[in-house]
Amino acid sequence: MTFDVAAVRAQFPVLARTMNGRPLVYLDSANTSQKPSVVLDAMHRFASTSYAPINRSAYQLAVEATDAFEGARAAVARFVNARRPSEIAFVKNATEALNLVAHTWGRANLHEGDVIVLTHLEHHANIVPWHMLAAERGITIRWVPLTADGQLDLTDLDHLLDGAKLFGFSAMSNVLGTITPVDELCRRAHDAGALAVVDACQYAPHQPTDVQAWGADFTAFSAHKMCGPSGIGALWGRQELLEAIPPFLGGGNMIADVRLDGFTPAPPPAKFEAGTPPIIEAIGFGAAVEFLEGLGMDAVRAHEERLARYTLDTLARRFGDDIRIHGPVDVKRRGATFSFAFRDVHPHDLSQVLDQHNVCVRAGHHCAKPLMKLLGVSATARASCYVYNDTSDVDALADALDGVSDIFAP
Amino acid sequence: MPGLDDLYREIILDHYRSPRNRGELPSPPAAHAVGHNPLCGDEIEVFLQVDGDVVRDIKVAGQGCSISQSSASMMSQAVKGKSVDEVRALTRRFKGMMSIDENPDDPARPGDADVKLGDLEALQGVVKFPVRIKCATLSWNTLLDALRQPDTAG
Repeated sequence: MTFDVAAVRAQFPVLARTMNGRPLVYLDSANTSQKPSVVLDAMHRFASTSYAPINRSAYQLAVEATDAFEGARAAVARFVNARRPSEIAFVKNATEALNLVAHTWGRANLHEGDVIVLTHLEHHANIVPWHMLAAERGITIRWVPLTADGQLDLTDLDHLLDGAKLFGFSAMSNVLGTITPVDELCRRAHDAGALAVVDACQYAPHQPTDVQAWGADFTAFSAHKMCGPSGIGALWGRQELLEAIPPFLGGGNMIADVRLDGFTPAPPPAKFEAGTPPIIEAIGFGAAVEFLEGLGMDAVRAHEERLARYTLDTLARRFGDDIRIHGPVDVKRRGATFSFAFRDVHPHDLSQVLDQHNVCVRAGHHCAKPLMKLLGVSATARASCYVYNDTSDVDALADALDGVSDIFAP
Repeated sequence: MPGLDDLYREIILDHYRSPRNRGELPSPPAAHAVGHNPLCGDEIEVFLQVDGDVVRDIKVAGQGCSISQSSASMMSQAVKGKSVDEVRALTRRFKGMMSIDENPDDPARPGDADVKLGDLEALQGVVKFPVRIKCATLSWNTLLDALRQPDTAG
């Protein structure tokens, strides 16, 4: 399948914007992605014609709204190949999804002395909820180390998983772009009797995601990183797990019955959706996954693999040893997200200079401070690509990097 | 858009390349405080030797961008030998320049405007880059933390 980047780019209104007479070079999609017109239009159209409460009113408008909301859930379920829509719980974002797992499954199943396993690649969202639980429950966290090129070092995995109740890991690193062998990790978690929790926040936007083929137990992802709106994400969980674990937040919509002496939770997914959800955002989420399906996730992956190759080649050719790109060099094992060090220039200063050329990159610790410590830095600059980026964006980054040396030359 | 020349003045780059009072002091007796910029992961350590009412010595460690490092370097030069009251006044003046006026613990006082900033005025351009204000004030907040420690009652 061919991938016409110019045609894709034309569907993102913000990318037509110029600043100081020059185009925007948006290379911060690992942070959050831009939104195509079809998503913005779907949200506007729904809010303009069909907006109403969902799941609680009998009038026609509310029925329409509920149908649209559940249609979005079905679209998201299809996008990750869930067995059924009820396996998708809408949450605020991947962070909330992982907190949900820690709060519900974790509290119901983890007790003092229990062990869980995480990796050195994790985002704070898949670390801090477990630290919080560890402080409360006295559980132990073991960490899967990394190889020199930023892949998971699985040498001692069986030993690490021995006796563990849960294995939580990122499918793609938000810092290094590393893609992990999710199906193998799920299998080895299960072989050890542990639950497999996949943080797919960086993975799902960029390649086909199949939770059944993975054999995962829980998978978390956010709409805003995949052309959808902020404020909504999804937790996918195996139906029987979602049925077994306790609810998360309490309130309206998540109950089957409430009495003066207690309550009975609703079945999933309502059980995890207390209060009025982000309805308009759900419509946008549904439109976003349909937009991505229209592009074809295999084609998206192929496009980004080409872009990753071009980026690695271009930066190495133009800057040689002056640039150090963290993470895997094999484009089959990484996405088009690049954390890098440039000469001795601090990432904050780097991004300030790049901003003069409208090149948007993130500078900082990327919510992965343990990984930063491992890399021996306090921060990195990170350029990350998506469906609307092409080689001209990479060239613009390289041109802007040329200007950095002038200012900070000793 | 404000130009980079407003931000990266020569004196700032000079302090960045050759930071003054870099290092550590034995603590105790020196007060020691660590400051973090949660936004970017930068970390600054301030070691402060206060004898009586006077800052006898100060050392700065840690890592950060040109703005946080140069601000720390200039700060260390500016406060050395000053009384604790003078250091507080200078801090208020500097934060005022960074357009951080409200400090409930230590509100602005009438004489603050007369405090001389010297080289520190070079950091004035940072105000035009709001994201960087935290970089410039990191070392000053860490200095205040060090001053708050019991041994440096001042």
